[in-house]
Amino acid sequence: MKQAQLPSLERAGLDGWMVRLFDSIEENNLLWLTALAEECEAAFGDALIDLVPSYTTLLVVFDPLRISPCAARTQLIDILARLRPVEAGTSGTLHELPTWYDPHVGPDLQRVADLSGVSVESVVEAHSSREYRVFALGFAPGFAFMGLLDETLTCPRLDTPRQKVPAGSVAIAGQQTAAYPVVTPGGWNLIGRTPTRLFDRNREGFSLLRVGDRVRFVPVSRDEFESQGGDATPTEGESTR
Amino acid sequence: MSESNLIGFRVSRAGPLALLQDAGRFGVRHLGVTQGGPADLHAWAWANRLTGNAWGAAALEITFGGLELVAEQDLTIALTGANLGTRHNQKTAPMWRTLAISAGDTLTFGTPVNGLRAYLSVAGGFCGDTVLGSAACVVREQLGGFDGQGTTLQEGDTLAVNRTATTPASQVAPDSEQRDYRQAPILELLPGAQIATFTGKSLFEAFNAEWQVDQRADRMGVRLTGPRLQCSIGSLVSEGISLGAVQVPPDGQPIALLNDRQTIGGYPRLGNLTPLAASRLAQCLPGQTVRLRAAGIDSALRQHRQFLAAFR
Repeated sequence: MKQAQLPSLERAGLDGWMVRLFDSIEENNLLWLTALAEECEAAFGDALIDLVPSYTTLLVVFDPLRISPCAARTQLIDILARLRPVEAGTSGTLHELPTWYDPHVGPDLQRVADLSGVSVESVVEAHSSREYRVFALGFAPGFAFMGLLDETLTCPRLDTPRQKVPAGSVAIAGQQTAAYPVVTPGGWNLIGRTPTRLFDRNREGFSLLRVGDRVRFVPVSRDEFESQGGDATPTEGESTR
Repeated sequence: MSESNLIGFRVSRAGPLALLQDAGRFGVRHLGVTQGGPADLHAWAWANRLTGNAWGAAALEITFGGLELVAEQDLTIALTGANLGTRHNQKTAPMWRTLAISAGDTLTFGTPVNGLRAYLSVAGGFCGDTVLGSAACVVREQLGGFDGQGTTLQEGDTLAVNRTATTPASQVAPDSEQRDYRQAPILELLPGAQIATFTGKSLFEAFNAEWQVDQRADRMGVRLTGPRLQCSIGSLVSEGISLGAVQVPPDGQPIALLNDRQTIGGYPRLGNLTPLAASRLAQCLPGQTVRLRAAGIDSALRQHRQFLAAFR
C-alpha cells in the first residue's frame, strides 16, 4: 500500500472518523493519542459517543444528530493542527502487578525459555525488569495489550489456543504482554499469574488498566500470591509447540 | 421488586437466545467493553414506539423463537421484527401494533417464518440491571440483562417491568415499516479508506456478486460466503471497529461486524454497512442471499438522521 500522509482522517461509517497518527507501534505514540483523546472530549462534549484508542489510531464516534460528519472532520483537523503530546514523565498511572512466576500457573515458562535460549530465571528477570505501557484494550473487557517486551522474549502464539485461560494469567506473545482479566480462551504463552483483579464490578469504570497507563510486574512467592487472594489452581493443558 | 417495578412475565420455556436490550452501552469501548444493544435497531425502535416508551427503553430480543412467556399482570405490549410464528394464547399474535394482554395469557414463540429476531416491548419498559450505564445483555462479556451477569433468559425466570401510570394509545406501524425479511436485501455500504487496497476484480465482485449468509452468524458478526476477495494487505495494527464494519480476513470471505463485535481488530475493511443495513442483515437466516451496494454519504446520512429524529 502506498504510504498515506499522516496524520490522516478516514471515514468509519456515518458516525465515526478514524484518526490515524502513526504507521508503526512505538511507546511514544501514546503521548500523542492520549492528548488527542483529551482534546476530543473537550471539543465534542455531548456529541461524543465513544473514543477507541489503539496502537496508532483513535476512533472517534459521534452522535450524527448533534454533529455532522463534515463538522466533526473540521473539528478534528483543528485539534490536530494544535495538538501537543502529553508529558512523558507524568502521563499514565503506574500499576504494580504482583506476579507469581511458576510452571504451576505459567505452563509455558519453559517453552519461552527454550525459544529464547535462556534460563527460566532469565525469562522472569527480563519480563519483570521493565515498565510497560498499555497500548490498547480489547479482546475482552479490561484485557490490556502492553509492551514492548525485551526482544529476547519475543515468541509466537501457541499453535493451538487453550480453551480456558485462568483469570490473572500473565502472558506474552510477539513483543507484547498482558494479564487475562477473566477466564477466556487464549493463545498467548502463560508465564505466571497475578492475584490483582483486573476487571472488577466494584471499581469505578471496572477496568484497572487504561490505555496509556504504565505497568510493572513484581515477582512474588506462592505464599505472597495466595495471601493477596491469588488462586493457585494449576493451569490445565500442557504447553503445545 | 420495588415500588417502581413489578413482575411482568414468567418464563415457562426458554428458547435458544432471548436477551434484554436497551440502546446499548456507550462511552466504555476504551475499556474493551462492546456496544451491545438491539441487532435490529429499526424493529426495536418500533416496539418501543408502539408501547409509548422513550428511546432507549429495554425490550426483549428473541432470536430463533422457542420462548414461552406467561403474563403475570395485565400488560400493554408490542411485537415487531421477525415473525417467529408467535401465538397469543391459541391465536396468532398480531405484530407491529399495540396489544393489550391479560394476566395469565401466554406468548409462545415458534420458529422463524419471516426474519430471525423478534422484539417484545412492554409499556414502561423491562427493568434490567444497569451495568456500565446500560442493561444491554452481552453474554460473552457477562454484562447486563435482568441479572447484570449477561445471562440469556432461563426457564422459571421472572421478568421485571417498570410501573407505568398511563396506558399508551393504540397504534399500528405503517405497512411500509412492517418489513418483509424474506426478500433478498441490498445492503448499503459506505466505502472506507482501505477499499483501494482490494483488487479491481475483487471490488467488482464485492458489489455485483450474490453473497450467502453463513452459519457462522451471531451478534458479534455475520460471515458472508461468495467469491474470494483479494487485498494487498493481510493484516493491520489493531484499531477500533465501528458498527457495521465489513472486514475481510485472509480467506477472502467478508464478515460484517454487529453490536457485540470486539472493540478493536486488525483485518482490512471494505467499509461500513449503514446502521439500517446492519439492522437488516441481522434479520437474515443462514443461507439467505444478500447483495452489497456502495452508498453515498449524503443520502445515507439523511436517511439515518430521519430515522433517529423520528424515534429519539
